[in-house]
Amino acid sequence: MDFNGSDTIPGPRAEDQLPHTAQAAAKIVIVGGFGVGKTTMVGSVSEITPLTTEETMTQAGIGVDDNFGSASKTATTVAMDFGRISITEQLVLYLFGTPGQQRFWFLWNGLFEGALGAVVLVDTRRLEVSFDVMGRLEERGVPFVVAINTFPDAPRYDIEELRTALDLTPDIPIMECDARRRASSRDVLMTLMRFLHSLAMQGAHT
Amino acid sequence: MTPPQRQRRSPAPEPPPQPAQEGEGKVRNPERMYVVAGPDGERAELDLVTLIVARAADPPPSASPEQAALLRLCAAPLSVAELSAYLHLPFSAMGVLLTEMLTAELVQARAPIVRKARSDRSLLEAVMNGLQRL
Ligand SMILES: Nc1nc2c(ncn2[C@@H]2O[C@H](COP(=O)(O)OP(=O)(O)OP(=O)(O)O)[C@@H](O)[C@H]2O)c(=O)[nH]1
Ligand SMILES: [Mg+2]
Repeated sequence: MDFNGSDTIPGPRAEDQLPHTAQAAAKIVIVGGFGVGKTTMVGSVSEITPLTTEETMTQAGIGVDDNFGSASKTATTVAMDFGRISITEQLVLYLFGTPGQQRFWFLWNGLFEGALGAVVLVDTRRLEVSFDVMGRLEERGVPFVVAINTFPDAPRYDIEELRTALDLTPDIPIMECDARRRASSRDVLMTLMRFLHSLAMQGAHT
Repeated sequence: MTPPQRQRRSPAPEPPPQPAQEGEGKVRNPERMYVVAGPDGERAELDLVTLIVARAADPPPSASPEQAALLRLCAAPLSVAELSAYLHLPFSAMGVLLTEMLTAELVQARAPIVRKARSDRSLLEAVMNGLQRL
């Protein structure tokens, strides 16, 4: 991009600026299959209009199952959207909605390693698309909660039936949500925080 | 109708391999990015949520247009992710730009809060209180 016109690069609106007292930020990731509502959840709780950070990937990295023209030689751009919640004058929380295709997640260094935890969004019409996501979080030791996005035409299962199907240990919270509603998305984040807190309590006793 | 059945996985015994070896996709810049941060010049990993703040209100005449654009953006603290979004620069390119600017003492970096084996309960409580007010 041409930075000579940098005067015109739009930055945060005055009301979107963080206070100078902001000392540190933490992050949470929202994962799940294509179209499950990740972007919707980020947008419903964010205090800023969600932004997009991009990363490029060379041709060599594009797998056989890609949707991109296989003859294309150009680098693929992968976008990840994110939002922000100011917690206190010192502390800020960022929410990252990962791209639908999981093999792109690793384009962003340390996205999972440093995250406090994750929300796995699940669509009961395509339950199995979330299986690999959960496995990868388990392998990496990233604590997560499961939120079932209730789409109108989706099959309804009993929560305990879903817990069994998803092979979740009894302590992992699983709940229904509507990612379009701020209060519902906020409840999911609260549940994640309470879960992380209970893990921290356990850690304190062992 | 019975839902499909998943099988739980165990934590990987070793730290997960780097993406390049994992075959997840070749990343242009697979090494972790480090930037100089802090008064002792120690190296810290650059994170999406490292907060960057300009040290002076006006860019020095020596600043490149790219640096000047970044300095204008982080007159108030701003995360690397936000800078990347506003500047339309990939996250991997931010490492290069920010290392230069931290070395030249044009900006200051505030390290993120990352998940630890032993979580900080007071931090989690602060986040819960913050979310309650949302
Ligand atoms: N009924 C219902 N619809 C939802 C919900 N969450 C999202 N949607 C709708 O589902 C569609 C996809 O939502 P997105 O937020 O774009 O999904 P995404 O996970 O970001 O999708 P990708 O980034 O393409 O993987 C949109 O039309 C949303 O309005 C929900 O909780 N309930
Ligand atoms: Mg999306």
